[in-house]
Amino acid sequence: MMTSFLDAGELARHIQAAYPESVEEQTESHLWIKPPHIADVCRYLKEDPELKLEYLNSISAVDYIDHFEIIYLMTSFEHNHSVFLRARVPGRGEPEVPSVIDIWPGADYQEREIWDLMGVRFDGHPNMKRILLWEGFPGHPLRKDFQDAVEY
Amino acid sequence: MPIRTEPITINIGPQHPSTHGVFRLRVTFDGEMIVDVEPVFGYLHRGTEKLAEERNYTQIVTLTDRLDYVASMTNNQAYCLGVERLMGIEVPVRGQYLRVMAAELQRIASHLVATGFLLQDLGALGTPLMYCFRERERILDLFEMLCGARITVSYMRPGGVYYDAPEDFWPALSRFLDYMPSYLDELEQLLAENEIILVRVRGVGILPIDRLIACSASGPILRASGLAWDWRKADPYDVYDGLEFDVPVGTNGDNLDRFWVRMQEMRQSLRIVRQCVEQIPGGPVRAELPLVLRPPKGAEAYGRVESPKGELGFYLVSDGGISPYRCKIRSPSLLNLTIIKDLLIGWKLADMIVNLGSIDINMGEVDR
Repeated sequence: MMTSFLDAGELARHIQAAYPESVEEQTESHLWIKPPHIADVCRYLKEDPELKLEYLNSISAVDYIDHFEIIYLMTSFEHNHSVFLRARVPGRGEPEVPSVIDIWPGADYQEREIWDLMGVRFDGHPNMKRILLWEGFPGHPLRKDFQDAVEY
Repeated sequence: MPIRTEPITINIGPQHPSTHGVFRLRVTFDGEMIVDVEPVFGYLHRGTEKLAEERNYTQIVTLTDRLDYVASMTNNQAYCLGVERLMGIEVPVRGQYLRVMAAELQRIASHLVATGFLLQDLGALGTPLMYCFRERERILDLFEMLCGARITVSYMRPGGVYYDAPEDFWPALSRFLDYMPSYLDELEQLLAENEIILVRVRGVGILPIDRLIACSASGPILRASGLAWDWRKADPYDVYDGLEFDVPVGTNGDNLDRFWVRMQEMRQSLRIVRQCVEQIPGGPVRAELPLVLRPPKGAEAYGRVESPKGELGFYLVSDGGISPYRCKIRSPSLLNLTIIKDLLIGWKLADMIVNLGSIDINMGEVDR
């Protein structure tokens, strides 16, 4: 028995039934949600009895220079399936996406880590502070344009 | 005359033996009871994810050793699985068996450290910990035979393992497998028949399962609270599909259950290694690959294992170059710490240290 990954088309149909206009783009394997809808869609995915994605494995962020991509990986223990959900966040300053901490408290440290290292803020997070580095650290080191203090 | 009391906030750590690494807890006490906890970490942050972006795919294996440094083998394995999925590499069967054996021996070693420190945290200073470390040493000796290193092993490579096991590894392993069950009996007796230990761990630090799921906890702490979820069973990798083992599950989710689960997992790991020794075929141990790996541009993959601490995953993104564009580490120790408020608030100072020890965190992995 392997954990199956729901394909993007099926997932998009589910999401569009509940939240039309929340899907930004969809390919064979990937599905992007418009950032303002993230929290709503996540809550729906968690509570929908057919999907029941009650476990948030991880939140990752990737810096693609012209935008950040936030990647949510969730799993349903009951159905043993997983879902990758993505959101493109444009902007280089301090872009914001809605926090999913109310849906999964497990998002707490991961969202703080993304803020710390990648510089994406999570709107609605009660404690949006740096987690690994200290307050006052210049910049966000996982960004591609981050300048190292020393060359190595 | 009434006595005026007020809560007091104490810093515990970063240098404190009970925190298993450099980890600081800002704890607010009302008398002896904990009313609030704020964990502070980052003291061991080395920027592994950033360093990975500047090294090639083979070099990163050495970085993964230094994440959870008491379980390097499973870190290697998770990373290599990620790279193999990224490039579609098939690992030779003998290589997969050697990986599973190394990972299971590592699981025993890691659980021995966790159990030893439980006894240490309970106040049995030194001796019980050294009992566990003595047995762990035998496993490290086996690792030394496999790859020449004991802690930072770097034994695995994308595509398999670096070396086949030397000839004298097999008799040494067989001696270990014969000897280990009786030692585990002894250790379990030490834990389960000692009234002082039982009073300190039974019914203490209870974690409800729905809270653990909501907080993204994984590994033994999830199973101790009653959910039989193990990625080796749920999403088998390498040769776990063809191996027989049980997933031990606790009922109460207290400290005792968490250590009972670890104890049983060690026995199951021995069972897995024994099956591997019987089943392992001949042949190459590593796929034929170019010296420098270049996954296709835009490829993304998630490699995941059930490490001794929980779900360890590497999310890799390639831009077609020789280094990953992004290497995200899903660290079980960090996410298992999310539950810390539920675990500590309402318990006494003396229980705090045991409760924290029972989730078995490793700061190398929390801070990365």
